[in-house]
Amino acid sequence: MTDEATAKLTASDGSKGSEGRSPGRLAWKRFKRDKTGVISAYVVIFFFVIAIAAPLIAKLYGKDPYTTYASANPNLLNVFSYPAGPNGGMSSDFWFGIEPQLGRDVFTFLLYAIRTSLGIALAATLLTVFLGVVIGVTAGYLGGKTDYLVGRVIDILLSFPSTLFFIAFMPVIYGLFIAPDEDIPTWLRATGLIIVLATFGWASIARLLRGQVLGLREREFVEAAKVTGASPRRIVFKELLPNLWTPIIIQGTLMLPAFVTAEAGLAFLGVGMIDPTPDWGVMIQRGAMFYTEDITFMLFPGLSMVIFVLAFNLLGDSVRDALDPKSKR
Amino acid sequence: MSNAQPLLDVSGLTKHFPIKGGFPIKRTVGAVQAVDGLDFQVAEGEALGLVGESGCGKSTTGRLITRLLEPTGGKISYRGQDITHAGRRDLAPIRSEIQMIFQDPYASLNPRQTVGKIISGPMEINDINPAGGREARVRELLEIVGLNPEHYNRFPHEFSGGQRQRIGVARALALEPKLIVADEPVSALDVSIQAQVVNLLQKVQRELGIAFVFIAHDLAIVRHFSQRVAVMYLGKIVEIADREDLYDNPRHPYTRALLSAVPEATVDQEPRERIRLTGDVPSPINPPSGCRFRTRCWKATEKCATEAPPLVQVEGNKPGHLTACHYPETADAVPAPRLSKDPEAAA
Ligand SMILES: Nc1ncnc2c1ncn2[C@@H]1O[C@H](COP(=O)(O)OP(=O)(O)OP(=O)(O)O)[C@@H](O)[C@H]1O
Ligand code: SF4
Ligand SMILES: [Mg+2]
Repeated sequence: MTDEATAKLTASDGSKGSEGRSPGRLAWKRFKRDKTGVISAYVVIFFFVIAIAAPLIAKLYGKDPYTTYASANPNLLNVFSYPAGPNGGMSSDFWFGIEPQLGRDVFTFLLYAIRTSLGIALAATLLTVFLGVVIGVTAGYLGGKTDYLVGRVIDILLSFPSTLFFIAFMPVIYGLFIAPDEDIPTWLRATGLIIVLATFGWASIARLLRGQVLGLREREFVEAAKVTGASPRRIVFKELLPNLWTPIIIQGTLMLPAFVTAEAGLAFLGVGMIDPTPDWGVMIQRGAMFYTEDITFMLFPGLSMVIFVLAFNLLGDSVRDALDPKSKR
Repeated sequence: MSNAQPLLDVSGLTKHFPIKGGFPIKRTVGAVQAVDGLDFQVAEGEALGLVGESGCGKSTTGRLITRLLEPTGGKISYRGQDITHAGRRDLAPIRSEIQMIFQDPYASLNPRQTVGKIISGPMEINDINPAGGREARVRELLEIVGLNPEHYNRFPHEFSGGQRQRIGVARALALEPKLIVADEPVSALDVSIQAQVVNLLQKVQRELGIAFVFIAHDLAIVRHFSQRVAVMYLGKIVEIADREDLYDNPRHPYTRALLSAVPEATVDQEPRERIRLTGDVPSPINPPSGCRFRTRCWKATEKCATEAPPLVQVEGNKPGHLTACHYPETADAVPAPRLSKDPEAAA
């Protein structure tokens, strides 16, 4: 086929609109066709809406996660301090039942737990991705000594057994800010978690992006930009970054559910958020203390977390397939 | 050749890529002598063809001229101004005058930018605001290179290879350059499309009076395009001449060999001996001593191994026809491949 013939072909099939089919738009079209992805997206959105609207829902529902309702109404718990009613005390008043021992409301506690956990995981993801992108792109673009140095730091970080270090380092971080005999404020716990998760998390993204940039840097369109006098800044932001959104988004969607479970894990181990702050991990930890007698209390945080992480991972897969159809297994 | 100052003046241009090795501390253990002492000029509006086999340093030369690479030695002057080691800021005023067209139309356009963005990018970077706006200028450029101006908002993946190369040409023209380095602009394209793109470049060169350094790996493509042709071998120019001189009276054995590979269609029916080059181009890390072509030359002697032949106007050459060979070919000694005198060549 000659050049002209192709020209006519393209001209006719695209005559519906002069707007080009951008790679992003094509990915969106592919994504919309993926049922699993769309359903997962709704589930994930549902969780985020709950997290954002938690105070509003709690207000309409008329309860909060801190009040120990059993102190005002001792009938709610039996003599062993377990919910008096069946199914963990689920009733029209307490939709998800009552917490054993303290008698808090499970429904609002779960709402706020999701809010805390997702907030921390999201902040950690954003910070991690930001650090990873800045460090990875810089190393890849500058190359030479910077690249070598960053490469070694990444190697070291990735070889750390990170869970162990979280446990070891969290108290150290708190110690930096607060005297050992003082109580650690919630905001500090949250900030500390975000910083530690990001510190150990950026390396994998940075390594991936560094490799991508090394490949892109040699591409002729970068040279074309240089020939026209583009500054390094422009090359990074206008030429390279737009080609990196795919791996950045894919890495981000892998990272967030991983951070949700990591955050919960740390809370469970007692180095993350602690009671009485509502948190997925805290809830599961408390649930684990009572599950032989009151499985309902364990069920709600456990199930909701499994559903969220599963949905998010499925969403991540669909996003990857949509953005990068060649990588489909 | 006129006595006027050439647009581009290259002398002794050298590029050695260091080879790093060693453990645990990396150090330079050798060098790829990709380009080793080139001298040539390009006059205003002139098209110079740069021909040679793969790996002989053509792309490196192109990237040195456009200053994508830092020369190891030698000098590059543009309109008398030394730009050999000029930094990005010093180059700024000249940047718009020297542009480049790349070999791979699939790698040379950013897949995330629309055609409009790709072509207006150079104007944006150099803060050029044409009368009527950048968008109008882009549409005009698309028209010039034979594309539909309505495709302004399309993305590169929606075009064929030939069309993409036209977009690359439009981008190079956006800054109204005086010199374009075209690095094998058609070798990645379908044979049926190559001629169309070459014609476009020729039209651009003639109508807009832009000087070209046209890089190619065979002499056929360069033939109708260039006023002067330089033949490169292993980082050195072995022969440079006006087109007619080079095609009618090749003096270097390597030029002869390349010419004999030019398809029959462009040559008249007279029988001509076909010279088959045997073996590969030697490694530029360790080029042969003396004449670099001697490992494949059928006339090589002791002298060729010890003495590097200088690039000079050998006996029997017209002015401006330089050959680097101790035993230049003569038209009568061996029947040279006769080439047709097509009418266009005279134009
Ligand atoms: N960045 C680099 N680092 C090291 N060696 C290089 C580099 N660029 C090119 N070379 C080497 O320099 C030599 C000349 O390469 P160049 O790309 O200029 O050849 P070419 O004539 O354009 O060949 P082709 O027809 O294949 O494009 C080759 O041996 C190549 O391996
Ligand atoms: S100098 Fe010798 S080896 Fe080199 S091209 Fe001439 S004859 Fe051949
Ligand atoms: Mg090349």
